[in-house]
Order: sequence, then C-alpha cells, then structure tokens
Amino acid sequence: MDFHFTPEEERFRAEVRRFLDENLPPEGERDARFLADWQRKARAKGWVGFSWPKEVGGGGGSIAEQVILKEEMAKRKAPPLGSCFMGLAWVGPAIVEYGTPEQKRRFIPDILDGTYQWCTGYSEPGSGSDLASLQCRAVREGDAYVVTGQKIWTSIAMWSKWMILLVRTDAAAGSKHEGITCLLVEMASPGITVRPIRNMAGGAMFAEVFFDGVRVPVANRLGAEGEGWQVTVSALAHERSGIAEVTGLQRSLEAIKDLARRSLRGGRPASEDPGVRRRIARADARIEAMRLNGMRFLTKQLRGEPLGSETSINKLHRANLEVELGDLALEIQGSRGALAPGADLVPDGGHWQRFALSWPEVVIGGGTPNIQKNIIAERILGLPKD
Amino acid sequence: MDFGFSEEQDLLRAEVRKLLAERCPLPEVRKIAETREGFSRELWQHVAELGWTGLTIPEEYGGAGLGFVDWVVLLEETGRALFPSPLVSSALAAAAIRAAGSPAQRAHWLPRLARGSAIGTPALLEASDHPAPEGFALRGRPAGDGFVLSGEKLFVGDAGAADLFVVAFRSGEAREALSLALVERGAAGVAAEDLPGIDLTRRSGRLRLDEVQVPQSALLGAAGGAWPAVSRLFDLGAFAVAAEAVGSAEAALGLTVSYARQRVQFGSPIGRFQGVKHPLAEMYVDVESWKSLVYYAAWALDTDHPDAPLAVSRAKAYASEAFARIGVDCVQLHGGIGYTWEYDAQLFLKRSKWARPAFGDADFHYERAAALGGL
Repeated sequence: MDFHFTPEEERFRAEVRRFLDENLPPEGERDARFLADWQRKARAKGWVGFSWPKEVGGGGGSIAEQVILKEEMAKRKAPPLGSCFMGLAWVGPAIVEYGTPEQKRRFIPDILDGTYQWCTGYSEPGSGSDLASLQCRAVREGDAYVVTGQKIWTSIAMWSKWMILLVRTDAAAGSKHEGITCLLVEMASPGITVRPIRNMAGGAMFAEVFFDGVRVPVANRLGAEGEGWQVTVSALAHERSGIAEVTGLQRSLEAIKDLARRSLRGGRPASEDPGVRRRIARADARIEAMRLNGMRFLTKQLRGEPLGSETSINKLHRANLEVELGDLALEIQGSRGALAPGADLVPDGGHWQRFALSWPEVVIGGGTPNIQKNIIAERILGLPKD
Repeated sequence: MDFGFSEEQDLLRAEVRKLLAERCPLPEVRKIAETREGFSRELWQHVAELGWTGLTIPEEYGGAGLGFVDWVVLLEETGRALFPSPLVSSALAAAAIRAAGSPAQRAHWLPRLARGSAIGTPALLEASDHPAPEGFALRGRPAGDGFVLSGEKLFVGDAGAADLFVVAFRSGEAREALSLALVERGAAGVAAEDLPGIDLTRRSGRLRLDEVQVPQSALLGAAGGAWPAVSRLFDLGAFAVAAEAVGSAEAALGLTVSYARQRVQFGSPIGRFQGVKHPLAEMYVDVESWKSLVYYAAWALDTDHPDAPLAVSRAKAYASEAFARIGVDCVQLHGGIGYTWEYDAQLFLKRSKWARPAFGDADFHYERAAALGGL
C-alpha cells in the first residue's frame, strides 16, 4: 500500500500544473475567446480523449496519468477538456471499440475537436430502468433502416447534430436483450421531431424525440445487427474512477461550510450548530470514502484485474450526496432556503436553490439508485434476479 | 500509487483466516465467551507463537516489526471470526510503551507483550466517558519523585485479564496536563475486574486504584506532557475497532445474504424481493466504504501523515454508525430465527453494540472531524 506516485507520474503532474499556470486565468476572467483557445491548446496537448489510443487521435494516457490530469484540472476548476460531452464520455469509446474504419475516420476527429454535440437515444416512455424492453423499431429496407418510435429524457437533443440510438430490429428474438441494434443518426434527417421538456428547475435540458419513418443508412450502424446491447453496455462500462466527481463534491462541501459560517441559526453562525457540523462531517466522510473507493478500483485496474459492478458503490454514494448536499445548503439558510433564486434575500445569488433542484440530472440520469442497488445485490452479492 | 495489499499481506490474511476457522469457529467462540475470563489462554499462547501479539512490536523486542497496514489484515480476520481475545488492548499498550517508554521500560515490557506472556491494556476513560482532555478527573497527588493515584478508570478493555495498565491521569491544572503511568496488576491498591457486557466476546471493565504509588520510573514519558500520547492511543483504539468491525460486518452480511438466498416465502427466495435485497446492497456499500477509510487511516498512521487523526475519525464515525445499522438489519432480515440465542445473527448485533461507543462514537468522531476539517 503506497499512495505516492512514481517520479515519472509526478513529472506529468508538474507538466499539468505548469500548463494550468500558463493558460488558466481566474474564474471571473474566462470568456468565450478563452474557452475556444483553451480547447485548442488542450487538443494540441493530446489531453482531449486522453485515455483513447493514439492511433485514433487520443492521448494514450496511462490510468495513473488520467487520474492525475483529472485531479489537477478539478482542483483549479478548469473547464472540461473537450466540449463534446457525450461524444467523449461514451459515444467515442463505443465507436473506438465497435466502429468501422470509415466510422472512426468520420466521427472521432469531430468528437475530439468538439465540432458538434452528440445526444443519446436510450430511454423511452415505457422503458426507463428496464432499458432492454425498448420498443422503438427499425426495419431494414435495402441499404437503410427505417426507424419509427419515440425516445424521451434525451439530454441536449435540441442542440445535437448526431444521436447514438438504440432500436429493436428483431421483435421475435429469444430474449429482450437480443434484437437490439445501435445506430448513429443525423438529427437533421427527415422524420425526426424534437420537443424540449421543461424540468423542475425551470430550464429545458432534455427532450422527447419522435421518429416517423426516419431512414438511417446501414453504413451508420454501430456494431453488428442485434449487437446493440453489448455495444451500449461496454460503452457505459468505460468506467471512470470517479475522481473528477469527487473533486466536484469536495468543492460543493467546502462552499457549504463557507455558507454555514455566513448563515445565522438561532443567533449564532450555523457552523457552530452541532447538528449542522455533524451533517457536514458525515457528508465529508462519504466523499472521502468515494475518493478512496476510487483509488481501490484504480489499483485493481493498474494490477490488470477487471473492474466489475463495484463501481455502483460510488454511483450510489454520489446520488445520495447530490441530494443531501442540496438539502443541507437549503436547510442552513432556514426560511431563506425556500425563496426562489431571484429574491434579494437569497445568499450566493440563488446558486443553492438551483443546485437543490438539479440533482435528478445525475441521480436519475445514469440509472436510478434503486437500479444501482439491484446491480450490487444481484451481480456482487449473488441474490436472485427480480 | 498502489491502494492494495502485498502478496505477504494476502498470505497473512489467508493464514489467520484458516487458523481461526479451524481453531475458533463460532461454536467455539460461544464456549470461550461464556467462560469467566472470556478468552482461551491456550489459544492466546498459540497465536502469540504465530506472531499475532507481536505483529506491530519492533523486531529488536521480539516482535515482527510490521506496520498498521499489516495489523489491519489481522484485525479484519479476528473481527470476521469474532475472536475473543485481548489482542487489541495488548497491542495498544505496547504501542504506548514503544512510543513514550524509557529504554528500560521498553526492554522490560515489549518482549513480554510480544510473546503474549503479559497482557497490557490502556486505562483511559472515566465516569465522564469523554475521550478529550477535560474528561480526565483522576488526579495524581505528587509524592516523592512521582505521584499517588486514588480513583477509578472505566471501560478499560480486558480489565479482568490485563497484567499491565497504561493509566492516564491529570497531573496539573492546564487543560492538557496529563500523564501516563505503568501500573501492574499485582501492585498494592490495584484491583481490576470485567463488567458484564452485552457482547460476551468482548470484555471491558473497571480499574480501581487505592493509594497506588507511581514513582518516576513508572511514568511513561514526561509528567504533564502525555496528552499527545493519550490522543494517539484513542486514535489507535478507534482505528482498531473500525478495522475489526469491517470483518464482523462482512461476516454478518455474508450470513444474511446466504439466508436470503435459501429462505423461501411467497414461493420465492426472499433475496429476490427488493425490500430485502436493497438493505443488503446498502450494507455492502457501507462496509466497502468504511473499509477504504480504514485502509487509508492505516497508511496515514504508518507514514505519520498529518491527516492521520482526521482519517481515523472519519473511519470510526462511519463504522460506528453503519455497523450499528448492519447489526440490526442482520437480525431483522432473518425474522424470528435471528432473534434466537442459538442463531449467530445476535452475536454480530451485540458486537456492533460494543463497537459503536468504543474509543468514541459517531457523534464524537463526526464532531472531531468537523473541527479538524476547519469548522
């Protein structure tokens, strides 16, 4: 057991820090021109798609280097490396693994450059947690699939140029996981309608997407016909150690401590209230446990052992913490906590009100907490499936 | 970066687990726990010969000279087996002597503690039950080159078995003016006994001191300067309890999972129902998480990292809170059978009741972590 990094890895850390010193202005001074510049420089460094193989244009970074890069970036609140969020998170990894040479040539450079956005067409009105029951159909007609059906909760569908889409190509297949195929669909295709959905925070980040006889060239199929489930599962399994998420939670907790020092509770700073102190410490212990769990997962990967369902541990912690931290921040504010972000009595410009209303994006988005518990109970503890 | 165990450590784990499975399975634990002493002298000598008692004692004093990361491996396994023994108490006493003892004190006690021919224990808490400087009321009365002690220490681990007590007492007016003394069981005015506890596999009790002479030669370190050493003892104790709790909780979880797979109700193994499988998943998440905190605390203690006290408090707070719930859930998920004396679920529940307050409960350690974290 040793938490030190090798001299070589520490040299890489120094390089990252130097880059940040030279290229990252304070938070208030980061305008659009800076952002464009930042992405160009990060790309030149090979830090966009840092974990991807060099042959496809990625950085070929080792697991330890990936952690160092994420840690240092998160500490300085640096903007993301690359701007094509879903492309970098799972569309790209799926194309790297399952794509044809032509698909790789066509899509990977654009994902790395952030030329446009990708969205993800998985959930349907009748298929949420039970994703494999999806009904959106595709029928092969010559050199194209004709897609008919509906997707929902599709984040940033209205701003995306392409979608990674799961469809059912064989309704008669033996199990529901078979007969699913993965298609790459241009959002401008005739027959696609996007209808944004307003979320409880008042914004619209996700949408319904309707497909009415949409023709998708067979050349845009990712993986074999009927192999869509494996493509999805293996793409989502490109698991991250969670280091960046941990740093985000740590920063939120530090900000909540600061809020507690500034807020009065019974005439005294909330930071002196024993209940508030314990709740903060309790969240802190869980965030630290997440960091260390991530280190244990990482060690497993470094030793060449496969990483299984244990990563659901941190997903569950994160889900609980996102909700708890938002709640705690509002409770610390007392009656002010119930005011809307615009009101003049609300601290920090209403940041915490928005924070406390936006947790579903991460808590429900990647599989609900109950689904994570099923995964742990069935795949790790060996309990019978539902 | 490597947050895992070495091959030697994996080997140690396998050996400890095998021996305890053979020599001290739960039926044997029950027998031993119901004896007056609460542990087996024969088994104690045997594990001492295997090096368990001297694991963290330096080689020059007859120990194995290993670190706290190695100790975690041993403790997870003794916890898993609910092994009844004064192993932790004795190791804590040795750690105090090693850190603050004079060459003569070390040369006299450490080889005995390593061999298991003497059993030591820290005697820290009092009626206040408060593991902080203001919790110490026992006051040393200056006499000759040392002190005279009259009063009592409470919740002393393995009080009935210990030959040597590392006693903390107040020796001045300042808040942290504490001293540590080595007090032998046979000395005039010393009486110690176990108090009946909920968990029969873990003993703790009362040390009575009646005009006990503590000469300069029995003081551990300088008079009045012992708070850092006392604080370190609390930390090591809390760390050890959290580490043993990992093994106990894993065993409780394993017991409940195998029951949930076999027990059929409504035509199905109950482990298929989410009302059963979700609490089991939560137990797993919690054990794995405080396990990570414990491992890091071990590394921090081994490397004298400035984060060590915070790391210990996070681990013990999490363990106290989560293990207590696991103990209850383990019994509850079993239904009626879990409530019986014969079934083993109750043993784990009782261990969790013992572990929760030992060396500071969740409230204490969360508060301490808040303070150490700048609040």
